[in-house]
This record gives sequence, structure tokens and C-alpha cells, in this order.
Amino acid sequence: MLQDKDRIFTNLYGLHDWGLKGARQRGVWDGTKKLLELGRDGIVQQIKDSQLRGRGGAGFPAGLKWSFMPKENDGRPHYLVVNADESEPGSCKDREILRNDPHRLLEGCLVAGFAMGAEACYIYIRGEYVLESQRLEAAIEQANEAGLLGKDACGSGWPYHIHVHRGAGAYICGEETALLESMEGKKGQPRLKPPFPAAMGLYGCPTTVTNVETIAVSPEILRRGADWWAALGRPNNTGTKIFSISGHVETPCNVEEVMGIPMRELIEKHAGGVRGGWDNLLAVIPGGSSVPCLPRPTCGSVLMDFDSLREVKSGLGTAAVIVMDKSTDIVAAIANLSHFYMHESCGQCTPCREGTGWMWRVMERLVRGDANIEDIDALLEVTYEVEGHTICALGDAAAWPIQGLIRHFRPEVEKRILDAKKRGQVAAE
Amino acid sequence: MKITSYRRDPAKEFSFTPENAIKAKAFIARYPEGRQASAVISLLYLAQAQNGGWVSPAAVEHVAEVLDMAPIRVHEVSTFYTMFNLKPAGKHLIQVCRTTPCWLRGAAELTRACQEKLGVGFKEVTGDGEFSIMEVECLGACANAPMVQINDDYYEDLTPERLCEIIDDLRAGKEVPIGPQSGRTCSAPEGGPATLKDVPDPAGKGA
Repeated sequence: MLQDKDRIFTNLYGLHDWGLKGARQRGVWDGTKKLLELGRDGIVQQIKDSQLRGRGGAGFPAGLKWSFMPKENDGRPHYLVVNADESEPGSCKDREILRNDPHRLLEGCLVAGFAMGAEACYIYIRGEYVLESQRLEAAIEQANEAGLLGKDACGSGWPYHIHVHRGAGAYICGEETALLESMEGKKGQPRLKPPFPAAMGLYGCPTTVTNVETIAVSPEILRRGADWWAALGRPNNTGTKIFSISGHVETPCNVEEVMGIPMRELIEKHAGGVRGGWDNLLAVIPGGSSVPCLPRPTCGSVLMDFDSLREVKSGLGTAAVIVMDKSTDIVAAIANLSHFYMHESCGQCTPCREGTGWMWRVMERLVRGDANIEDIDALLEVTYEVEGHTICALGDAAAWPIQGLIRHFRPEVEKRILDAKKRGQVAAE
Repeated sequence: MKITSYRRDPAKEFSFTPENAIKAKAFIARYPEGRQASAVISLLYLAQAQNGGWVSPAAVEHVAEVLDMAPIRVHEVSTFYTMFNLKPAGKHLIQVCRTTPCWLRGAAELTRACQEKLGVGFKEVTGDGEFSIMEVECLGACANAPMVQINDDYYEDLTPERLCEIIDDLRAGKEVPIGPQSGRTCSAPEGGPATLKDVPDPAGKGA
């Protein structure tokens, strides 16, 4: 288990002052000027050495991403955009940072923005997080007044401004190019890549879009050193991570733990265990709704990190652990997610716009058993037709939960169809 | 994808109050010159609040004028994002999160309870204009499931009984505590956190 001294988010539960005074007591804004003195390359190198991987879902190496920004300024401003559009079902970690430790995020915005040569930063926060956006605005005001941001941020001579930009209820705006479209005042529909945001992002200028948690941990990595971070967890899966544990556990919660903690340990130590005991576990969705679920035997041995979960054909995603016990109608649980993706498809690409609705309708029939055995394979085939054939990853995200269901729970789906047929025969007689 | 249509606007006229016009200017100032369209969502929020909780076609036209955008571009935005109501809603808009993490912990029961209590279906307004209900997708408070959002506020760790009490209190004009209704703080585990007990002061300095 991670020791408290290695935890970054010491106000994760909002038990202490979220404001500047409280944040300073927790070590935020401590020697930020010195961190900036590492220089652009120095900061990026430290982040690379720490092997920090993006916390928004894809797990892309953060230092590498930051290094994509042009070294020379060609006259266009550079932007840092923080993705606080947390909407992945199961995931509720960024919210705790936004409302309980906003200064940690702001300090990260300054350090990361400096490393990218950015002159301004926008934090795109989901519209439903009203209180969180007010907190953030208040924290920005405090930081401006204290000279930590503004014309001469932290006395470094670097002018830096952070603005909050509210979304308005669209999951798709968590996709980085949809987010940029939304920021420009348009519908949030993803752009074709390339060009990538680092070349042409917000207003056609070099931009990096990064998750809240990735940004918020970076100053602490610089302060304590890349070695400290790299020593936590496993190679290529380093550091700490906020896990959101929801569903059928005794005490659902968010908790910061070390990467690569065994799933069972995570659930039993921090969430009070599965309701009714470990043997009552049916399945776990380990990384937010988009990743395939895992059956109990796998859950007992798998480690919670990017590479371990990929090995079992799932993913760490946003580390949102959704636990389902044996009372769960697993087919209905996945059908519920299919409804989510249908609702959230932006409508731009045909395979996704039509496919998500089609998949949901078939899933609803499978819930009732109102289908034929062959329909299972037809559904699976459609998921493969949607996957990889859309501009953004929403199509993939809609396909994977269904693929996971059929991979691990096919007998349950088949049984339901056969039972329904039997009931129909009895009724006919 | 949001598929919806506007209600016909009886008032027809709309323009920002002087106070909101100042706020609108401040939002526009957050963006580089010529990029005022970026403020469209913020201005639509202002318009929605001023218009009693919904965005009318006249409000959209006004926002377009203020931002120097083609009205159709603003219509695209107001119809794309789910947080803009294109028809009048109740004074208290109850949004029940229906997605799997909440569903696993009883979201469907919450929906049923408040529909039965209020006697309205989705997106209908109660006779007294006080309440309307809608189902929404994940609101991002999964460790505090099941939960609802009423106007700007989250009410978490709910039971159907507690939700009905909240509705009664809101109707009576009483103050209702927002956040977790179970007594816990934010998303700390019930019974208090097992972690963060040994935090060095100031945090992190010990390492």
C-alpha cells in the first residue's frame, strides 16, 4: 500500500482548506519559481524520466506529448488546454482535484504551460460541475492576486493567464479535438487528425490538451524528482493514481494508490470489499465504461496498471473501477452503457451514429432474451465494423464493452435466449 | 446526440439585462480578439438563466448578434449541448443520473420514486411549475452513487425516501444540504478515510 508521505492529493476528501492558504500548507506553490528555472527542456526531460503516462485514459507518455510543441515560436501563440470534461462513466477523480485542491492544478498549469512556451491556459470543465468551476475561478483569482499567475507569474518574468471555460453537457467534448471545436464556439465534433493539436490546435495555434490529474501531479514530480516517481509502481507504469471505486462495494470512494496495486487489494483495502464478500463478485469494469469487463477469476490476480490490464484484453482507462456483484444483470449493465454511447455519439460518422443505436437496440433484445443465438455473432460483427472506422475513439468505446460481455459472459447471453424461447413454447402450448 | 425542437416563443423579444451584458463582455474578454465565438456557451447560460431556465429562439438570435455570429451557428450549439433547455422546465429541474455506476446502486428506483411523487413523466412540468424531471447520462459522481442534480447542485448517496424528502423541502422553500446525504465528506469512504492520516506538515516535505 502507498504510504501517506508519497500521496500527492492530501486534500482529496476536502477535509481541509481548498484555498491558497491551505494549499500552501500542503506544499503547493512551494518554490515554483525554482521549478521554472529548470527551463523548458529541463522540465520536459524530468517528466520524460519519471515515465509519467497521461491520466485521461489513453496513457500516452506525458513528457513526449509535451515535447511535441514547437520549440521556436513562429508568431502564433501556444496554448495549454486542460481537459476537465470528466464524463467517463465510473470516473469521478478530477472533480476532487478541481474542488478540493484547485491550486495544485493551477501550479501544474503554470509549470506545464511554461514547458510548452504557452502564454495562456484554458481549463475546459464540464458544464455540470458548477460548484467546481466556481472554486476554480476563485482559486485563479487568489493566485492572480498573490502574483503566482498573471503578468509576472511567480516572479519568473513569464506572463501567464489561466481561464475557465465551461462545457455544456457533451461527453464527446472529452475527446481532445472535439474539445477544441467546442472551445471555438462550435458543436463538439472531433476533427480528423493529422494535423495534430501540437501543430494546429486551438484557433489553429500549437496546443496541447492534457488531463487534470496529469497536470496536477507534475509540479510534485519536479519538486521531489523524477526518480521518486519512477520508483513507485512498475517500470513504464509508474507513480500514483487516483482510483474511483464505484458499484457493489461496501464503501465506494476515491483513493490515491500506487500504480500496479492488485485489483483485489484495492477493492478490499479501500472500498470495504465486494458486497457479500469476494466470492459474490461477478465482474469488474476496471477503467471506466469504455474498457471491457473482467470476470472474477481474472480480477483476483490482475494488477491495476496500463500494461497488466492490456494483457488481459482490458485497459486502465481512467482507473474507474466499477464493481458488479452476482445480483447484477450483466447484460442489462452493458446495455445501459450502450445507451450511453448512443446518446453521446456526436452524429458525425455514420458507423458510430447508426451503429451505437443499432447496438443498443440489439442489446435491449438480448436483455429480454428476445433474439436468436446467431444474433450474438451478428452483434459482435457490428462492433468490429464500428471499431476503428470512425474519426474518434467513441466508436471503439461503444464496441469494447459489448465485446467484453460476449467474451466472458456468452453462456449467460445464450441461456437467456434459450430460456425465452422455452417460455414462448410453453405459452404457445 | 440531442434531438429536440424549440418551443414557440411567446415573448418573442429578448435582450440581455445591463447586468448580464457586462457579464457577457467579461466572458468575451477571456478569449483573443476576433475569437468571441468561444464565449457562446457562457452567453447561452446567461440567456438561459435570464429567460427563466430555458433558451428561446429569440435568446439565441440575441446571443448571435452580441457575438457577431450567424444565428444558425448559435442554434447549432444550443441544440447540440444537452444542458440547454429548449422548452420551459420546472423551477427545480431534477436530473437523475441513469448510467451504469448509478444504475447499479438504484438509479432506476430514484427515477420511479420521484416520478410517482410528482406525477409527471420526463421533461414534463408539474402543474404548479415547481418541478420537472429528466434522465441524464453520467454526471461524474460515481463514487457517490446514486445521485441527482437539481439545478446547479449535486445531491449524492441518495435513497428514494431521501430524494422524496428533498423534494418536499424544496417545495416548502427550506434549505437542503447539498452533496452526500449519507453524512460523509465528498468521496471519502463511509466511516472515514483509511488513508491520509499520516500526512507530514506541510505535506510532501517529508519525502
